[in-house]
Amino acid sequence: MVALPGTAQTEINVPPAAGRRWASSDEANGLTLISPTLLYALALLFLPVLIVIAYSFWSQDYLTIDRSFTLENYRVALTEPIYRDLLWRSLTISLAVSVITVACSYPVAWFISFHGGVHKNLWLFLITVPCWTSYLLRVMSWKVILGYQGVLNTGLMSTGLIDKPVTTLLYNSNAVIITLVHSWAAFAILPIYVSLEKIDRSLIEAAHDLGDNKFWSFLRVTLPLSLPGIVSAFLIVMIPTVGDYVTPKLVGGKDGVMIATAIQAQFGKGANWPLGAALSVTTMVVVSAMAGLTVLVLKLFVRRIR
Amino acid sequence: MAEKPMIEIDAVSRYYGIYKALDDVTLDIGAGEFFSLLGPSGCGKTTLLRSIAGFDTPTSGDIRIDGRSAIDLPPNKRPTNMVFQNYAIFPHLNVEENVAYGLKRLKLDAAEERRRVGDALEQVRLAHLSKRKAHELSGGQRQRVALARALVMRPKVLLLDEPLSALDKKLREEMQVELRTLQKAVGITFVLVTHDQYEALAMSDRIAVMFGGRIAQVATPKEIYQHPLTRQVADFLGGMNFMQARITGESAINLSVETARFGNVTVTKPRGFAASNGQATIGIRPERLRVLWDDAKADCEVTGLVVDRHYFGEITHLIVDVPGLEKPLSVSETNNFGADDIPVGAPIRLAYDPDALVALAD
Repeated sequence: MVALPGTAQTEINVPPAAGRRWASSDEANGLTLISPTLLYALALLFLPVLIVIAYSFWSQDYLTIDRSFTLENYRVALTEPIYRDLLWRSLTISLAVSVITVACSYPVAWFISFHGGVHKNLWLFLITVPCWTSYLLRVMSWKVILGYQGVLNTGLMSTGLIDKPVTTLLYNSNAVIITLVHSWAAFAILPIYVSLEKIDRSLIEAAHDLGDNKFWSFLRVTLPLSLPGIVSAFLIVMIPTVGDYVTPKLVGGKDGVMIATAIQAQFGKGANWPLGAALSVTTMVVVSAMAGLTVLVLKLFVRRIR
Repeated sequence: MAEKPMIEIDAVSRYYGIYKALDDVTLDIGAGEFFSLLGPSGCGKTTLLRSIAGFDTPTSGDIRIDGRSAIDLPPNKRPTNMVFQNYAIFPHLNVEENVAYGLKRLKLDAAEERRRVGDALEQVRLAHLSKRKAHELSGGQRQRVALARALVMRPKVLLLDEPLSALDKKLREEMQVELRTLQKAVGITFVLVTHDQYEALAMSDRIAVMFGGRIAQVATPKEIYQHPLTRQVADFLGGMNFMQARITGESAINLSVETARFGNVTVTKPRGFAASNGQATIGIRPERLRVLWDDAKADCEVTGLVVDRHYFGEITHLIVDVPGLEKPLSVSETNNFGADDIPVGAPIRLAYDPDALVALAD
């Protein structure tokens, strides 16, 4: 088409987009609209973290804080055997908890999504029922179940399987793992369920049509496509459990102590906030690294199934 | 049809509670045939296709594929492959991996697998996109991947569940030709499910028209269009003007009828025909009525008044009120002679060929 002279004229009159004032752009409008929430969220999310990071580079001088920069807290946090052991134990416990939780939750989520029928919502509702009670009550009830005179021991004794109570159930890291797996299961089931729900069922039919039996279609289609849910479940369980404080305190005994107990001690009785802060930051970094690594391993693992 | 049918559907019924999705369907589909199941939504065509694929189990009856009963075989054990309505391309795999998906289970050596995938992609002209992921493909390309993925398995029967319904009109027409060419090239049986009459007419060797879980008619496209057995079939495949006529004579194969405006005619008696009160339903296609211009004469004419006019580009639909007929006639006339300029309210003369009249069972 031949451009008319008039057309060219009007084009010149249009102001170039870059020349518009940013303040009147859509982006600026959007940011203005979300600013109250954004500022609130920023303040509540990042400020505490920044304060903790700042503290970790300071030092405690009896009742006052010495604000000169030092790496001494990190030296202690990373080299003292007690903190290293606690951090290591926290990581192994949280890894064990997240692996077991995801392994136990996946079949539940799969069942609800694929065989829940018209009662899917009822099933999901039932899964959240335990969360209605206080977390403390749930932990306490595990004490009742796992204790020396607990439900499990007396039950096993009455069936004659054991003749004296098993003492390895409570007040060690096993008890911590069992309790945490139970309390986090619902939070793992939901993301896995959501990702399973999103899988187009005709993809599974296509896999069957192309020669896969149920086992292979699960491994080659359902599992890889539910990976986002598995990853979320892992992160949702792993990150908070590393820093869990209540559960080890109540059912962990002296063998179940985790890093959070040490951090709490520094902020409380130990009165060494900078060291507590350094321990917190170290834990945060290590957990992030481990979470990232887990995601990577999961993705590689799924890519290998072909 | 060839000597031995590839698919024998033998008295298949499928009930969902009291709802009959398939009601005693018996059908043979020949080897190398392009067969279409045509019908409105809910007529059971998809249920029938899924029963052949093995995704749905009939309540009763038998399905034999290549002479062997397949009723107890799961989908992965049947010599059929399917192109799904939404194509069901695996989103986590690229084009090549999608096509190779089924071959992995066959444990071919790597070179053979690569060769077959390459050939299949070549066949659907997608070789240049082999590394693309599903979400980077257009609708037409996804459909080709689905086709290649099924054909690479070398099935005896390819099942297609409304494969063109998601494509725009232009692409759909291209793909119709392409599918037809592909079917002739590979020579295997294609079973196509569609609700689009033109698609079925343009592509098939034979068509089965289904209503309410039953097969109303099985015939070649030409036969089914020109000699529909029932009023429903006639109505579903293009427009049809219906009128009641009085039966004046009846033989084993023919009916003589007296119509209100089309005179006395003899028409072929459709299978399953039953007269009601000595009346028969007679039909004539809108395009079999021609506008007579000026002084043109024809052996058979009807006259009427144009009451409405719809312009469709190459043709115009005229609605012509003919005194004595229960409903105005619908006439479709090409615009070559100015049918689009005929004013509403004008008197008009229409020519027809008595052979174009067909009797229809209800």
